[in-house]
Amino acid sequence: MTTDVIEQESHDDHHDDHKMKGIKRWLYTTNHKDIGTLYLWFAFIMLLTGGALAMVIRAELFQPGLQIVEPDFFNQLTTVHGLIMVFGAIMPAFTGFANWMIPMMIGAPDMALPRMNNWSFWILPFAFGILLSTFFMESGAPNFGWTFYAPLSTTYSNGSTAFFVFAVHIMGISSIMGAINIVVTIMNMRAPGMTYMKMPLFVWTFFITAYLLIAVMPVLAGVVTMLLTDTYFGTSFFDAAGGGDPVLFQHLFWFFGHPEVYIMILPAFGIVSTIIPAFARKKLFGYSSMVYATASIALLSFLVWAHHMFTTGMPLFGELFFMYCTMLIAVPTGVKVFNWVATMWRGSMSFETPMLFSIAFVILFTIGGFSGLMLALTPVDFQYHDTYFVVAHFHYVLVTGSLFSIYAGAYFWLPKWTGHMYNESLAKWHFWCSLISVNLLFFPMHFLGLAGMPRRIPDYALQFADFNKWVSIGGFAFGLSQLIFLAVVIKCIRGGEKAAAKPWDGAEGLEWTVASPAPYHTFSTPPKID
Amino acid sequence: MNKGDELQNLNNKDSAAITKNNQVIKKLVMIVFGMFAFGFALVPLYDVFCDITGLNGKTSTTAAAVYNVDQIDTKRIVTVQFISRTAQGIPWQFEPMVREIKVHPGEMKLVKFYAKNESTRDIIGQAVPSVSPGLAAAYFQKIECFCFTQQPLQANEEVEMALQFYVDPELPEDISTLTLSYTLYDVTGKVES
Repeated sequence: MTTDVIEQESHDDHHDDHKMKGIKRWLYTTNHKDIGTLYLWFAFIMLLTGGALAMVIRAELFQPGLQIVEPDFFNQLTTVHGLIMVFGAIMPAFTGFANWMIPMMIGAPDMALPRMNNWSFWILPFAFGILLSTFFMESGAPNFGWTFYAPLSTTYSNGSTAFFVFAVHIMGISSIMGAINIVVTIMNMRAPGMTYMKMPLFVWTFFITAYLLIAVMPVLAGVVTMLLTDTYFGTSFFDAAGGGDPVLFQHLFWFFGHPEVYIMILPAFGIVSTIIPAFARKKLFGYSSMVYATASIALLSFLVWAHHMFTTGMPLFGELFFMYCTMLIAVPTGVKVFNWVATMWRGSMSFETPMLFSIAFVILFTIGGFSGLMLALTPVDFQYHDTYFVVAHFHYVLVTGSLFSIYAGAYFWLPKWTGHMYNESLAKWHFWCSLISVNLLFFPMHFLGLAGMPRRIPDYALQFADFNKWVSIGGFAFGLSQLIFLAVVIKCIRGGEKAAAKPWDGAEGLEWTVASPAPYHTFSTPPKID
Repeated sequence: MNKGDELQNLNNKDSAAITKNNQVIKKLVMIVFGMFAFGFALVPLYDVFCDITGLNGKTSTTAAAVYNVDQIDTKRIVTVQFISRTAQGIPWQFEPMVREIKVHPGEMKLVKFYAKNESTRDIIGQAVPSVSPGLAAAYFQKIECFCFTQQPLQANEEVEMALQFYVDPELPEDISTLTLSYTLYDVTGKVES
């Protein structure tokens, strides 16, 4: 891939930015870079908000007994923590990456639908405003778990269900609009000569993720609508008394919920697949197998939802079907891990912070994948179900998986975004503090779960006291470590060593052919691709 | 190419791009609405699926149309157990008057359940049946059941409720015990609204 850099830059110089000043620039912006920035900052604020809730949870669990919060409030904390981290932190962060990077990677001047792009971001703060406002209401915030199982969220709701439902509706609409934008951009705005199989893997993973979003977010919207009418309008979708079925809720929810977990990990695969080749100074091993593996994970994700429901009294045939389908997902995932390792094999590696986070991702995500395989085994799942083992599993894939990939990507592209190199030693502090504390935080949870500590409880049996103390210490340390990241980013925005157009010598892709910081408008004329 | 041509060219290109975008958007929006509808379609589909396969222990809440058994299989004996529970918030006493009976497949039996409204207000109850093991649900045929209708009980009223059933002789050989469980719900609010 080559482009005429000089022509590109001189072209941009003649351009007037048409930027508005102050707050209006951000409110009215249709620029993909501005919107990407908004998404990323919003996600980080939500990460800190959800993290603050987690800190209270860990403080309560620091020792057995009830110290700080009431059990009902504890349930509200776990519920809103989950909702914020899933819908407010991880998903918007990935949409931020998509907005910033996809047009630059495929040589497009902007996203295909810039005005809709503005909308899909600006409705998000309202969704989370509604959700968080319930904390200040008499009834309290949702307390039925982020999975909002009926009848907990219907018959036994504390009155927050309506706020929860509307918040989820808005988040869903935002995600769907964002996903439509990504699909249209990738299908119609690739630079001439960039065929599908020449697209960076990053773009491929977001393309497939966007399709997943379009397919399952409407199902989520349907489920919460049923929840709303069950709670307030007397329907009986999930109410056995009126002929409904609470197990149906779980089927519908997880039909959305399982593809949702791949929505949160496939983009991470894309980011890591971009970074590892750059710092191993080798081409990505098995590009096309990566594309097919991503696609097959996405397709299989529609066939495995009931592995979340093994203990609902499913017939043996159902349990076996969902068990085998789930274990089948380990095959394409294994292909990916193999390819990352093979990319590093005999590469001339260097260990800048993006690479450190990526390597940590590969190892720790694999640990999370293995505990997922254990959970997929029906007979043992009866022991692990609803214990801290599950909590350990999904935090390994979501924190050391998705979140670490987001950090890796942020460090990787910060020079492109800000025009400055970030402070490498501070970033290394962030990495090592996070790595050590995150394992102290989540690794002992495996053993707590195996020993039988249930999830979503504010108090626990005495024998779990020591491990919980260490877990809490790890939690506080991990929480504080994220402030180092904030410091790195602010420092990097305000100044620092001037970044070259391509600060990483092994990096590849069109985004490195434009100046750093990336000009407000890039690729107004499409680049040439060989 | 002069300035005017260039602009014209750009506009043509833009409108071509917009039509191309609109085609994709139209398809994607159709998927979105289709999947929203699919979510709702899953509700009846789920019932049909459970009905056909007999999964989930869902047993019919309407009477078996005809008693169409050619002969009673006197060689086999199936144990039928009855259990009952009340959902949270309904102050009724509700229990089977017989805990367990042994039947030959095809043989018609009548058992009774006892219910008493122990509160001082009138309450309408609805019993929801479930059969375990789930695969046996399709072979448990009810001729008459109090679960087919709602049960209004005045304050302190008590009632004996009948259940007439037979076990289909086609019941798989490996099933020798059936458990029929009833959960009683308070539907007063739902009926009034």
